[in-house]
Amino acid sequence: MLEKILFGKLTYKSFPFLYSPETGTGIFIGLVLFMGLIVLGVLAYLTFTKKWTWLWKEWLTTIDHKKIGIMYLILAFIMLFRGFMDAIMMRTQQALAVGHSLGYLPPEHYDQIFTAHGVIMIFFMAMPFMFGLLNLGVPLQIGARDVAFPYLNSLSLWLTVVGAMLINISLVVGKFAATGWLAYPPLSGIVYSPGVGVDYYIWGLQIAGVGSLLSGVNFLVTIFKMRCPGMTLFKMPVFTWTALCTTILVILAFPVLTATLAMLWLDRFFGMHFFTMAMGGNAMMYINLIWVWGHPEVYILILPAFGIFSEVVATFCRKRLFGYTTMIWATISITILSFVVWLHHFFTMGSGASVNAFFGVATMIIAIPTGVKIFNWLFTMHRGRVRFTTPMLWTIGFITTFSIGGMTGVLMSVPPVDFQLHNSLFLVAHFHNVIIGGVVFGYFAGYIYWFPKIFGYKLNERLGRWTFWCWLIGFYVAFMPLYVLGLMGMTRRLSHYSAASGWHPYLIVAAIGAGIILVGIICQFAQLYVSYKNRHKPEYRAEADPWDGRTLEWSIPSPAPFYNFAVTPTVDSIDPFWEEKEALKNGEQVAKPKITDIHMPKNTGAGFIIAMFSGVFGFGAVWHIYWMIALGLLGIIITTIARTFDTKTDYYVKAEEVEKIEASYVSGAEK
Amino acid sequence: MKLRHFLSILFIAITTLLLASCSHLAMLDPKGMIAASEKKLLIDATLLMLVVVIPVILITFYFAWRYRASNKKATYRPNDAHSVPIEIVCWTIPIIIVAILGVMTWVSSHKLDPYRPIAGKGKPITIQAISLNWKWLFIYPNKHIATVNYLQIPVGHQIRFLITSDAPMNSLEIPRLAGQIYAMGGMRTQLHLVADEKGVYRGFSANYSGAGFAGMHFKVHVTSIGDYNRWVKKTQAAPKKLSLATYNQLMKDSENNPVAYYSHVEPKLFEKVLMKFTKPMPGMDTLGDGTKAEKR
Repeated sequence: MLEKILFGKLTYKSFPFLYSPETGTGIFIGLVLFMGLIVLGVLAYLTFTKKWTWLWKEWLTTIDHKKIGIMYLILAFIMLFRGFMDAIMMRTQQALAVGHSLGYLPPEHYDQIFTAHGVIMIFFMAMPFMFGLLNLGVPLQIGARDVAFPYLNSLSLWLTVVGAMLINISLVVGKFAATGWLAYPPLSGIVYSPGVGVDYYIWGLQIAGVGSLLSGVNFLVTIFKMRCPGMTLFKMPVFTWTALCTTILVILAFPVLTATLAMLWLDRFFGMHFFTMAMGGNAMMYINLIWVWGHPEVYILILPAFGIFSEVVATFCRKRLFGYTTMIWATISITILSFVVWLHHFFTMGSGASVNAFFGVATMIIAIPTGVKIFNWLFTMHRGRVRFTTPMLWTIGFITTFSIGGMTGVLMSVPPVDFQLHNSLFLVAHFHNVIIGGVVFGYFAGYIYWFPKIFGYKLNERLGRWTFWCWLIGFYVAFMPLYVLGLMGMTRRLSHYSAASGWHPYLIVAAIGAGIILVGIICQFAQLYVSYKNRHKPEYRAEADPWDGRTLEWSIPSPAPFYNFAVTPTVDSIDPFWEEKEALKNGEQVAKPKITDIHMPKNTGAGFIIAMFSGVFGFGAVWHIYWMIALGLLGIIITTIARTFDTKTDYYVKAEEVEKIEASYVSGAEK
Repeated sequence: MKLRHFLSILFIAITTLLLASCSHLAMLDPKGMIAASEKKLLIDATLLMLVVVIPVILITFYFAWRYRASNKKATYRPNDAHSVPIEIVCWTIPIIIVAILGVMTWVSSHKLDPYRPIAGKGKPITIQAISLNWKWLFIYPNKHIATVNYLQIPVGHQIRFLITSDAPMNSLEIPRLAGQIYAMGGMRTQLHLVADEKGVYRGFSANYSGAGFAGMHFKVHVTSIGDYNRWVKKTQAAPKKLSLATYNQLMKDSENNPVAYYSHVEPKLFEKVLMKFTKPMPGMDTLGDGTKAEKR
């Protein structure tokens, strides 16, 4: 009894790698040990170098949007690595598990791995990467000193981190869901998934989802209310426009996810019947609801990537973006249309022909604004001066790869074609084609593009090119065979298949492709390391404007000072910094405005503490440990209330100090 | 020289691979009218889109090369950001393509609606399919026979599948004959198809449903009507009988089930499986109502 109160469903059997090594494969134990070693190493490093105070003061409690952005990117890269390890395991399993060989992963493990791969890549790689880039780019582009709600921003980050931790704890304590990344009931219901895996899924996503929603609200308000004087909506940089549309999608879509997962949890915990087969439950409702969130979600990810490509292409072609207004309206129409196409994810559910055809045509219509965007990028290159730096390479790689992915997407929006291709590896190839070729390429371009602004030095170009080519070639080698396999009738999520199918050679090629991408990822980490080591060398040092940029972020020194803009700028065009540089070239004098005291928000640990309590709550909810649930909830409420009594939330940076900092940049550059 | 060597080996390897797997490309080698129409649609739509996609890719490379920064001879117009004729073209091309595809979609969605009966010889043959953990149960209700992971149908006759699930969601697919439709508990979906050629084709579940999912495949034997009738006769004499009790046993989890044949199928079994989630069916075990979870 006491055991039940103290530990809920948690017993010594919940630690599979300790309790029964025979159920855990060697790889799995290795992965756990590897992760454990990294965590221990970091903790030891912090203790021996006495960095705990530094960590708390500079990072855990920070509300500076740039530091929060950096931490989002760190999370994204760690999760990219974790998710990619899952991918490698899946590819090798499928390359091995043919005929009499069962491969090295039993189905229970394989099923958890593909579920974790999807969940981690979308929620804990792509989403943090997206919010990280929004944090780095948006306030600087609109001439703001921070986001609208800096404390909320820190809370959003830490909630996302806690969600990610909860998912990763499932590696060691208990199991993860084995349901596929969207956890369709009835498979994810208590009858067919009685373990804690789905609960980890629900609570990891709920906590991270709240973070995403709050972040969406934050950036919407930031973009609407904090633009510098003169920046009307139609003078905003394109990246900020796409960020605006993305936040609108986040605000409209994420509550649907939260409600859907809450109902799934009610089914599981209280034995309710929203989505069960019996007692009037209806699993089709879940599938509709999850895609009402899920389809906008893919546009949440891709729109900022479109924005980045627009910035990159204009900057590295030294030319104004072609068709700015068209670009904006294309983005807005994609935003709206993304809510009327969700049914194309399940044409095979047996809706009537007219319903299917409506959603099929609606899906194709999205291809129109997307196609227009591609033409506009092309015509920006036309009569420009194209510089083949790595961000531009990613952009060219994107235009070609994404065109193919878009084509296969439109192909599957024809319902009778989808009846054949649905759930096949053709589908898997398609969405990796657009997510890797669009989202990932775009985010990498943005990462390299804004890196010098945030850190004050550039990333190594040679390793950057290696990364690019490995990813590009690896992508084609890994996913083109999957298109063929789809046409051969291979379904996704198979842990084993017969030798007579003829699939084996293609799966070996695909595994080689994954290996090439792995080399790309290693190059990427090497690039970061090499660039950091050489950051003081002159060829790495970034001036304020390393790329000959066009928008406001390049008008301030690198790395951007904590207050961003010594004086809030005033703009009257789409490319204000470019225009200013042109004016200077023409010998016009630009008056230096006077620096005044700067109003800044103070650091707070409240966001971090609330998130930690939500982690306690989440773990308790997964294992039915009621005292942890109570403690977590109580902690969240008390910290929130305590924060409202904190009246010293802001301070002023004196004008003299700002002048001193600004001067140090000038003298630093002279050195 | 080395690179050329490597490329030619690569080329030969890829061609051999593609040629060797031609017979495995189920979707491009249909054996039924529905699958053939779906294949035609797939190819038409692809060709239509390639009309734009190939030029876009070529123009991308051409522009990138032509306007490279080192090529000072190329025109440079840093402020050219708007052109009405170009923008009209940019919008018109995708609109035309999508308009054509849209019409194709509307027409084909109705024509190839899986619920729509199709022309075939004789009376349509009804087969009831139930997905279980992790096997397919096929009932031939008019012949009072049933099979596990095995289908036999006569060539040229219209087949009407009624599909449900007594397990997590699955999807019934025989790619050489027709596209898939979901199998869902408490729901009845339909799929119509005709096989045009005798042979043995692969069928499977196309929707992941748990640990034994990879073993949920079966063979479809398309034979002459005479062979089909003989097979029905033989199966009607099969020693195993599908009573409610046998069904309750069959419902339990099992992986990689061997083929099995049953005679004397419980009357209205399919309907009972459909209805058991709505009201109690005497003699039937019910999972999925949450109350018997402990038993598992």
